[in-house]
Amino acid sequence: MSAEAPLLVVKDLSVSFCGDEGLVRAVGGVSFSVERREIVGVVGESGSGKSQTLLAIMGLINSPNAIVSGSIRFMGQELVGLNRRALDAIRGRQIAMIFQDPMSALTPVHTIGNQIGEQVRAHEKASARAARARAVQLLDAVGIANPGRVVDAYPHQLSGGMRQRAVIAMALSCNPALLVADEPTTALDVTVQAQILDLIGRLRDEFGSAVILVTHDLGVVAEVADRVLVMYGGRFVEEGGKTSVFRAPLHPYTWGLFGSIPPIDGARPARLAAIPGAPPSLSNLPKGCAFGPRCAYRHEACLTLPPPMEGNEHRAACVLPEARRREINIRTTAGVEMRS
Amino acid sequence: MSARPVERPLLRAGDLSKRYSVGRSIFPAQRRTVHAVDAVSLDIWPGETLGIVGESGCGKSTLGRCLVRLTDISSGSLEFEGRDIADASQRALRPLRRQMQMVFQDPSASLNPRRRVGDLLADPFRIHERLPASEMADRVAELLRRVELSPEHAARYPHEFSGGQRQRIGIARALALRPKLIVADEPVSALDVSIQAQIVNLLADLREEFNLTYVFIAHDLSVVRQISTRVAVMYLGSIVESGPTDLVFAAPRHPYTAALRSAVPEPSVERARCPRVVLKGELPSPMDPPSGCRFHTRCPAATSICRSERPLLASVGEGRLVACHHPLGG
Amino acid sequence: MLAALGFRLGQMVLVMFGISVVAFLIFFATPGADPSARIAGRNASQETLAQVRHDFGLDRPLPVQYGLMMDRLFVSRDLTSFVNRGQLVVPTVASAIPVTLSLVGGAAVLWVLGGLVVGVIAGATRGTFIDRALMILSLVGVSVPVFWLGEVANLLTQSRWHDTWLFSWVPPLGYIALTEDPWGWFKALIIPWITLATLYVGLYGRVLRASLIEMMQEDFIRTARAKGIGERRVLLHHGLRTSLVAFVTMFGLDFGALVGGGALLTEVVFGLQGVGKLTYEALQTLDLPMILATVIYAAFFVVLANFVVDIAFAIIDPRARDVR
Repeated sequence: MSAEAPLLVVKDLSVSFCGDEGLVRAVGGVSFSVERREIVGVVGESGSGKSQTLLAIMGLINSPNAIVSGSIRFMGQELVGLNRRALDAIRGRQIAMIFQDPMSALTPVHTIGNQIGEQVRAHEKASARAARARAVQLLDAVGIANPGRVVDAYPHQLSGGMRQRAVIAMALSCNPALLVADEPTTALDVTVQAQILDLIGRLRDEFGSAVILVTHDLGVVAEVADRVLVMYGGRFVEEGGKTSVFRAPLHPYTWGLFGSIPPIDGARPARLAAIPGAPPSLSNLPKGCAFGPRCAYRHEACLTLPPPMEGNEHRAACVLPEARRREINIRTTAGVEMRS
Repeated sequence: MSARPVERPLLRAGDLSKRYSVGRSIFPAQRRTVHAVDAVSLDIWPGETLGIVGESGCGKSTLGRCLVRLTDISSGSLEFEGRDIADASQRALRPLRRQMQMVFQDPSASLNPRRRVGDLLADPFRIHERLPASEMADRVAELLRRVELSPEHAARYPHEFSGGQRQRIGIARALALRPKLIVADEPVSALDVSIQAQIVNLLADLREEFNLTYVFIAHDLSVVRQISTRVAVMYLGSIVESGPTDLVFAAPRHPYTAALRSAVPEPSVERARCPRVVLKGELPSPMDPPSGCRFHTRCPAATSICRSERPLLASVGEGRLVACHHPLGG
Repeated sequence: MLAALGFRLGQMVLVMFGISVVAFLIFFATPGADPSARIAGRNASQETLAQVRHDFGLDRPLPVQYGLMMDRLFVSRDLTSFVNRGQLVVPTVASAIPVTLSLVGGAAVLWVLGGLVVGVIAGATRGTFIDRALMILSLVGVSVPVFWLGEVANLLTQSRWHDTWLFSWVPPLGYIALTEDPWGWFKALIIPWITLATLYVGLYGRVLRASLIEMMQEDFIRTARAKGIGERRVLLHHGLRTSLVAFVTMFGLDFGALVGGGALLTEVVFGLQGVGKLTYEALQTLDLPMILATVIYAAFFVVLANFVVDIAFAIIDPRARDVR
């Protein structure tokens, strides 16, 4: 445990939307913290609430029907309910965000240099020339060849990988303490993805940033994260250090996720251990554990109340006792049918 | 691996090419050509699943559409069960449509949103078989059951289903007339991981049950490995390597395959990572492909012959083909 | 880029040629009436008809007739109207051009500014009372016929309230040349400007609002907000700037059509002897040479406007530059 206070402390964060069909609960009370220079991976599928959590941290939930409650303390300052002016002072400066689709993330009518420079000049006193020089420097730091040419290029002239690098360069322009990334590599080819993940892994050392990385891909998490949070139905179901979670996952949903991924080498299962059913509808969440309807190990207690997180460093929100879950985990990974 | 009966291939492509003209000049010399598919030859044998992998712009989707003649081909030969279909008109191809079908990537875009699912599924029967209405309803119900949906779903519209369910409907439509060949173009890429696994299982089950032959096009190597018996790796419109799936991924012979394989992030903290092959530079524009070996601008092991001479696909044993002047591990 | 420009200029010349041929054919080659009768106007005498036939070479082959007509229009410019005896067509049109340009130009300045203000404010305050009020006003502006509005304006400024301090400065209907009396020029045109601009402010305001609202849903707006640059800058520098494409395209085409004579209702109502009014008068008397001249002139301006819009498009939207 570091002696320093955590960079970000989120407590009971909930995001709901009033829709025609009633209340849609995108995020149902999540709590977690991020230390300085730590890389946290949030894993979940669509509808898990992972993107909404990030947007809530950035204050980017603009819909008039949205209700954001709970607490998000960043370096001691409360972000929920913060006025626009104060929020703008923090956004782009202390916390920066990168989004999933590099093709549409940049304004098509301004050059890359213009867009990076704009962010620099919004938060620091810098001349246009100094801002441009900084942009070139940043583009170089993220591994773009020819940064002097790219700085005057328009987004449509760059490939997807280069655009995502430019977006990352832009996010880092004011040396944020926290970088928040929503599926930054999902829309990219796998070779480009590897390079971008490499870059994200280096951010900690080269820029001193902490990173919250949201993804659906456990492989991505294994590449770069220090800690893992697994999200389902708007809640966290498991959290812990990467090694611990990958060696011995403790929640049936996490088991299901691992079982759904075909192995790239080694023995091939005859069938993938897929999770039956589909993710829950957010306007109609089950009363108890959100994963209950799909869980092979559910019982009575799972259907009434959502289970709280149980455990120490590595915890899971499951009613089953931990020892029993460890046993099931060992049994299932060993017993998966193999085919040569 | 199932024994391959000694017969002719189900589908055979010889130097298949698909070119697009780009540019608005009225002068032909100024127009540029994109070789989306560049002289691809492959055989697809009954009962196998051929995976085609590659990154964006490699031409795999275009190849898939050419194989089932959803688009015209610019040059080369294409034979289905020995019959030449390269130049056949859409009219002449119609009876063949029963035998070869396609499943598309985006389940929302490939189902007509204004029609009920039951109507969509009845179409193949209406067009090819002229059955009485009651029998059509039965066949539709049977199809829905086979893809693990319920017969009541026939009365609903596509937007009432989830992504995974829509993809099941797409698969059901492709299965309706018991085709011999199904070309699946990124069938699971738009789905969540847990749903992907369900659909992959479904495809494998259907393959056993209906004795299907698949061409499985995807960018996700893990998924391709799970379902394919053989795999072909594409780069800038041509095949650079092909062979039995396990051999190709475990011991790639082409530098691009090695790079692709090493780039896949593995969901594991245990295994020693296979060394990352870093590619330099960017994907070249398909309008302006490099000379010689298309891959030489990014290859860590390129030499002068690679710049001048284009390598052809050559056998390296064990049923593997590689197009490289300096194949790895050999 | 230069090659593309040259290509477009070439296209322009071709289109112009095509239009002149079509206009010519309509007037000279429609079967039925004798072109000479149409050129000479109503109630022409036999001698006039004979002279017309000779002058225009109506017994010669069509291409020759076309050549002769073009010559009289562009080269020797001595085409005369046969209705208003001896009135030279080309100089008349030439002197009408500044009037139309003044009218449309001034109105354009007003409607662009007005459209921008209405569109941006409505887009930014979407859903609120201000937005609704602006949209209703815009709808009224679009729906009110320009000639009615013009006549009402005249009624108020020229007669009913002319003697009050409000409108006593308004000069009588008609055009005052800029070179003669700049202030008078302004005073004579300010009411017509506002009248003509009303329709377009409404139209452009609505279009810009819709375009802006759509743009603000895009991903890059979210990125811009995440940079902490402030909502005003997000709206203007990112949202508006990207929405301008549709706005500018529409503007170019409308401006071209208006300068080409489309403002005729306004010109007639306010007694401004512009190209539109000329065309209107020529149509009433079937003054064929005049009609021919104004049609070709109008076509020229529309083609020119298209050309300018294409260039402006490439300047505003960098994505359009690389397509060729």
